[in-house]
Amino acid sequence: MLLEFFQSWAGRNTIVLLLLAGLLVLLLRLSRREYWRLAAREIIQSKLAVLSFVLLCLYALVAVLDSVGWRSPVRDADGVLCRSQPDGEIIYDQGLSVLDRLLTPLRTRQEKTYSAPLARVQFTSETQAVPGGASQRVRPPLRYPGTHLLGTDRIGVDVLYQSLKSIRTGMIIGLLTTLLAVPFAMFFGITAGYYGGFLDDCIQYLYTVMSSIPTVLFIAAFMIIFGQGLPQLCLAMGIASWTYLCRLLRAETLRLREAEFVQAAIVLGTPSWRIIFRHIIPNVLHLVLITAMLRFSSEVLAEAALTYLGIGVGADTMSWGAMINDARMELTRDPVIWWKLLAAFIFMLGLVLPANIFGDTVRDALDPKLRTQE
Amino acid sequence: MTAYIIRRILYVLPILLGVNLLVFSLFFLVSTPDDMARQALGDKSQSPEQVQRWKEAHGYHYPLFYNAGQEGWKCLSETIFFRKSAAMFWGDFGLSDMTLEPIGKEIRSRIIPSLCLTVPIFLITIVTNIFVGLLLAGLRGSWADRIAQFGCVLLMSVSALLYIIAGQYLFARELQLVPVSGFLPGWAMAKFLFLPVLVGVFCSLGSGIRFYRTVFLEEINRDYVRTARAKGLSESRVLFLHVLKNAMIPILTNVPVQMLFLVMGNLLLENFFSIPGLGGFTINAIATQDFAIVRAMVFLGSVLYILGLLLSDLCYSLVDPRVRLG
Repeated sequence: MLLEFFQSWAGRNTIVLLLLAGLLVLLLRLSRREYWRLAAREIIQSKLAVLSFVLLCLYALVAVLDSVGWRSPVRDADGVLCRSQPDGEIIYDQGLSVLDRLLTPLRTRQEKTYSAPLARVQFTSETQAVPGGASQRVRPPLRYPGTHLLGTDRIGVDVLYQSLKSIRTGMIIGLLTTLLAVPFAMFFGITAGYYGGFLDDCIQYLYTVMSSIPTVLFIAAFMIIFGQGLPQLCLAMGIASWTYLCRLLRAETLRLREAEFVQAAIVLGTPSWRIIFRHIIPNVLHLVLITAMLRFSSEVLAEAALTYLGIGVGADTMSWGAMINDARMELTRDPVIWWKLLAAFIFMLGLVLPANIFGDTVRDALDPKLRTQE
Repeated sequence: MTAYIIRRILYVLPILLGVNLLVFSLFFLVSTPDDMARQALGDKSQSPEQVQRWKEAHGYHYPLFYNAGQEGWKCLSETIFFRKSAAMFWGDFGLSDMTLEPIGKEIRSRIIPSLCLTVPIFLITIVTNIFVGLLLAGLRGSWADRIAQFGCVLLMSVSALLYIIAGQYLFARELQLVPVSGFLPGWAMAKFLFLPVLVGVFCSLGSGIRFYRTVFLEEINRDYVRTARAKGLSESRVLFLHVLKNAMIPILTNVPVQMLFLVMGNLLLENFFSIPGLGGFTINAIATQDFAIVRAMVFLGSVLYILGLLLSDLCYSLVDPRVRLG
């Protein structure tokens, strides 16, 4: 029931809207604090960071456009609405995202098989009958010559379209994994650090056990049990990655608990939940943000490797990992078919490199301890 | 010192038990032995008798944790948990779900190729990373340092898959220096291992150099470095003798983490280069949905990691006398 809602367009649109609203509220609240304003001012001074941020925003825009959409009624050749019965309900199609609708030319211009970037003829040759009974090998012209900026793949789908569609998968992996891991890590880390004692021992035991299992093997076990797919992969990666942040937050909370302002709040009789929300969480938020930013890129990279290993998003979801997996054997052909591989790598680099650069700048701006070292 | 070592070793046991229980519950509470039998038998043959026969042939017909039908010790030992999960503590990894081959035998024969791949990567990576990190720390603030730092970010941002594919294409296909993939025992393995080791080292270069550079920079602002310089020691002497020695502690903490990344790298490398190691074994098991092998490999991987941590802790206490008191 709930899963059905999340998979329907109404559900997806709602989630995107809620996430954007949440982000806006968070930004507004943070912008009122001097510490974050100073950090933002410092980030803006680095041209490279600003450029990275713009690129990241572009990727995010594509992902958002690909996440919202609607279903349209099916029409027959004359443009009349199809109905289940003569007076029955209107039949709707599976629905397309806004990105799909914007990219209609790319989406629908399908060739028969491989074609090189901007080529006018097909990449492979076909046997054609010549008048007179003989046959010859020719490279037939494309249906849409010169329109495929990055060529087409084995079944003739435009590579640029696939690369753009994969952006959403990459962004979801990076963001959803973090969104799943952060609440866990914050809850356990702060509880352990603040209350200490037996609770602390239990939580420490829990995360030591969890982090003792190598991540890739844990994901492998998880995926073989629950099957391949984007939600499963995010869940598995989220469960596997909360321990690092948890350890960090526990240590920081332990330190903050002894700070004078927290001690003063305790003496004044402030309830502990209020201390945690007022004094602890605002003071560890920068750690959460730094970790999330630095993790983002490694999650995107991990998706490709995991999908290649057969424990990723599966073949029916478009992703860079799936593209690389499809295209791997093409390098052994002669002449080499390089465009699909290269497109996947370049698009991946276009997300991961800005994320790394921007993450580094944010870390330097938010963590005064690191700043003094340079 | 002995007391510390014993305490540290004893601390490993509850962690191992926790890992064992976690892996067991992940596998058996989510997909019951009945589910596994049905999955293994496929769609056609799923009568209750066949499911029961499959479970008996593979040893899944016992109760999960407690066998009420047995007496005494056998209440606990005649259970799936004891026979399939706890047995891994004494090296009994059981049988493969698909082929009924003993997993332990397979692991023993595959561990050598895996180590031949992992150990060189591990050693070369650490030495290169430390050396370059130290060099960059010495050059801090210069143009060379900035370019190298950007290079590190760039190296980190490229998928490991690209390094492997590009390496295979360049060295094996175009230059034909080494075979594309494969493996032979004995000294002949060197020519097969050259490329995987090179690629493996390359994969961890970016993050490794950056990490060690930060570690050394943290040390370089300390008082003892200023003293050493004031005494008139050369910069290289300060870096290689004083800074390096004092940076051993963060280095030793990072070593097991690096080993953890090697597990992931190994899966990819062994798969691409067809090296008959443990990583390839795991990938095959995932492809054939062999739960028993995946379970065994998860446990084995965790044991190796925990042992690595233990080893690093013990080295730690040897390097830093302060740790022993704590």
